[in-house]
Amino acid sequence: MAHVATLILLMPLVGFLLVMLLGQYLNEKQVGYLATGVVGVSFVLTVVEFFLLLGHSSREVTVNLFTWINVGTLHIPAALLVDPLSITMCLFVTGISMLIHLYSIGYMHGEKDFRKFFLYLNLFVFSMLLLVLANNLVLTFVGWEGVGLCSYWLVSFYFDRDKAASAGKKAFIYNRVGDVGMLVAMFLLFSRVHTLTYLSIFAKAGSLTPTVATLVVLALLLGATGKSAQIPLFNWLPDAMEGPTPVSALIHAATMVTAGVYLLCRMSPVLALSVPGRTTIAVVGGVTAFVAATIACSQKDIKKVLAFSTISQIGYMVLAVGVGAYSAAIFLMISHAFFKALLFLGSGSVIHSLNGEQDLRKMGGLQKYLPLTFPTFLIGWLTISGVPPFAGFWSKGDVLANVFEYSPVLWVLGVLTALLTAYYMSRLFVLTFRGTERFRDDTEGHDPHESPWVMTAPLVVLAALSVLGGVLDLPWVHHNSLSGFLDPSFGFIPVIGHASGVAQTVLALVDVAVAVIGITAAFSIWRSGPDQPRYESSFLENVWYWDDFYDATIGRPLTTASQFADDEIEPNIIDGAVNGVAVSVRRSAEGLRKVQSGFVRQYALAMVLGLAVIVVYLVARVG
Amino acid sequence: MNVPAAWYLVLAALLFGVGAFGLLTKRSALIMFMCVELMLNAVNLTFVTFARTLSDVGGQATVFFVMVVAAAEVTVGLGIVVAVFRRRSSTSVDELSEMKG
Amino acid sequence: MLGVTLLYSWQGILVFTTAALLILLGAIGVITLANPVHAALSLIMTLFGVAVAFVAQSADFLAAVQIIVYAGAIVVLFLFVIMFLGVDRRDSVTVDPLVGQRVFAAVGVLITVAGLITLMARSHWVTGAMSVSTHGQALKTGSQNVHQLGTAIFTTYLFAFEATAALLIIAVVGAVMLARRERVADPEEIDV
Repeated sequence: MAHVATLILLMPLVGFLLVMLLGQYLNEKQVGYLATGVVGVSFVLTVVEFFLLLGHSSREVTVNLFTWINVGTLHIPAALLVDPLSITMCLFVTGISMLIHLYSIGYMHGEKDFRKFFLYLNLFVFSMLLLVLANNLVLTFVGWEGVGLCSYWLVSFYFDRDKAASAGKKAFIYNRVGDVGMLVAMFLLFSRVHTLTYLSIFAKAGSLTPTVATLVVLALLLGATGKSAQIPLFNWLPDAMEGPTPVSALIHAATMVTAGVYLLCRMSPVLALSVPGRTTIAVVGGVTAFVAATIACSQKDIKKVLAFSTISQIGYMVLAVGVGAYSAAIFLMISHAFFKALLFLGSGSVIHSLNGEQDLRKMGGLQKYLPLTFPTFLIGWLTISGVPPFAGFWSKGDVLANVFEYSPVLWVLGVLTALLTAYYMSRLFVLTFRGTERFRDDTEGHDPHESPWVMTAPLVVLAALSVLGGVLDLPWVHHNSLSGFLDPSFGFIPVIGHASGVAQTVLALVDVAVAVIGITAAFSIWRSGPDQPRYESSFLENVWYWDDFYDATIGRPLTTASQFADDEIEPNIIDGAVNGVAVSVRRSAEGLRKVQSGFVRQYALAMVLGLAVIVVYLVARVG
Repeated sequence: MNVPAAWYLVLAALLFGVGAFGLLTKRSALIMFMCVELMLNAVNLTFVTFARTLSDVGGQATVFFVMVVAAAEVTVGLGIVVAVFRRRSSTSVDELSEMKG
Repeated sequence: MLGVTLLYSWQGILVFTTAALLILLGAIGVITLANPVHAALSLIMTLFGVAVAFVAQSADFLAAVQIIVYAGAIVVLFLFVIMFLGVDRRDSVTVDPLVGQRVFAAVGVLITVAGLITLMARSHWVTGAMSVSTHGQALKTGSQNVHQLGTAIFTTYLFAFEATAALLIIAVVGAVMLARRERVADPEEIDV
């Protein structure tokens, strides 16, 4: 059993090494299938591991690889923790990764850096698996940084474009700010409980004072906001759409951005100790969900809409974590991974067919040209909009039902977000597939072509998963399904009086109602065409001027200070010190060189005068 | 009864002073060497005087070694003087100031 | 002066006075005579005076070595070099190109000598154990002195003795190397 978990982790690393070392001898197809294959093997192994775990009594297995750090009281093993939470994460990470690898073979066809792309993808999968499988915070942090690094590389994959390069830097810097939070959380925990291994932390969590627990939770939340693009660190994600679309689907929708939610779920026993901390999490999640949804209503770039939609959906997950509905958060995470990957890959297929056009205003009427992309995208759209019986309806309903029990105010926010979600996704759908054809400039008059099978096959699989994903956790069989499987991982579940069947039905009906309202509104508004300035406020289009706010409060003062340092401090103080030392050395040397007159008699005189001084000293001492 | 050791010591000090003054003021390398010999002799005289005072032959042995070293020094020194003179036709040390800073 | 003559034997005083006159006159001659040959001869006088002082202080062997090695070899070497190089031009002492050199030299030397004399007047010179290297025996004169010194040199100071032997060899080789003419040299240098 130990070997299986290790192999799950190592397969992508093997792929990474093989592509790196042998990539130059292989052609494009071989590299693509090799990289896809190792992830596929990893997925199969995860399935095996999953069934092994079902047969295991404790459902909590630690696989020790080796001792990594052993200094003083700090003992950090390189060890894996296989439990329902990590294995669930592994299942969908490897599964979705495999599909997206396959898709990438078609999407990246003919790219100059085709091999490098798969190199990064495999390394990413390895880092992500390390993140979820690690049995301690430090090892998780290694994976955490690894995915951040791969994200940076892949966002700026087209690094010769200015925008892509700066988007990568932006993503990296925002993530670093979040990383500080994670590090602080680690420091705090270590100073209090003297261990960083999850199970030991949970065992000793009771000794944490409420204040420390709250600080830890808030620090973790900061880490999560960076990685999972939540307020206040959310606006790197839209820029990250500069990367290739499969990257957006894999890293910036399905897997990496959910790492923050995973971390919070993983630390649930610590979260349980701090009510203010969890309330903060819930509020951050709810507000992010709502704000991002409003922004998504006014974006004109198809991938930007999906990016803000991702932020909004992760907001839901964070909200669910905040109210203590961990398994609901994971449920939404999984179904979101299905339908958001589907939507991104579908949009990638659309973009591919339009020779790289991403502007919604230059699409429309694509329905009849993309016979496979259209129906799968349709399914994705209905899923995210919350239309039953697709996965989105069940998972979002699960979250909202839990939120309703916790705080009706947040529930209202959540329902409003659901309304907006249905609206902006319908707008996206209408502008892309229906209405008039506005793409002829981009295709030079040709009809758009459907993508090859390696791209459409993942769409079909993901569409099927989006349709069927709901059965993972249907509300009336909670204890036999996903949440029943996951709950042992969460040391503490806040007691929420489960809503009665009637209340649940009413809540579900509300969900359906807002979905229908949103879809209807969007259809009636956007059917006529893409130019409706009345419904696209510039405030929303500019992301609530959030970037400008950061620019004004952090960016420009920093630039001014740096300019001042460059103009004044650098030439005068730093250079001055360096040059001053040099000048003083030269001056003193010029003075001292006169001592070396070259006249041996003067040297002798100096000796005699020194002798005289010594004798005088002796006389003075004796006398 | 012999004269006291201090007399010889004062004599040695005077000899040393004369030698040192000559070393500092003369410019001919040959004369400077002679002055060095004067100073060495002054030191030798003190060694012998102390050997008598302490009834210890060690002082005399030291003088013996000083003489050997002086002989070696003169040998090498005069060799240098000859070599320098071949190049410069002069034994003045003031002209040997190429190594100044 | 009368008290002094009473305290010490007149022979001792006579020997000391002779030695002192020889030493100091010779030394002053070395630094004042302009002709290097005269200076060398004056040096011999000083060396003789030092030898007299050695004899007066039971260093018979050293006195002999002083005459043979110093006066007989080293000064001859000086004279040989002087003659060889033909250096007899006057070395002007009236004008020193180094400003203040003579003044400072005089001041430094005077302070040093005055300080030394003060020290000698004030100090108690016998500070250590007596007759360490002669194992308690008093210093002897004549052939006994040679025996005593030889014993000390070949037992207590054997290592230093061997080292000086090596030093002499090295010095001789060095002198030969220095004085050797280059096989291919400029004609004007060969003329010198």
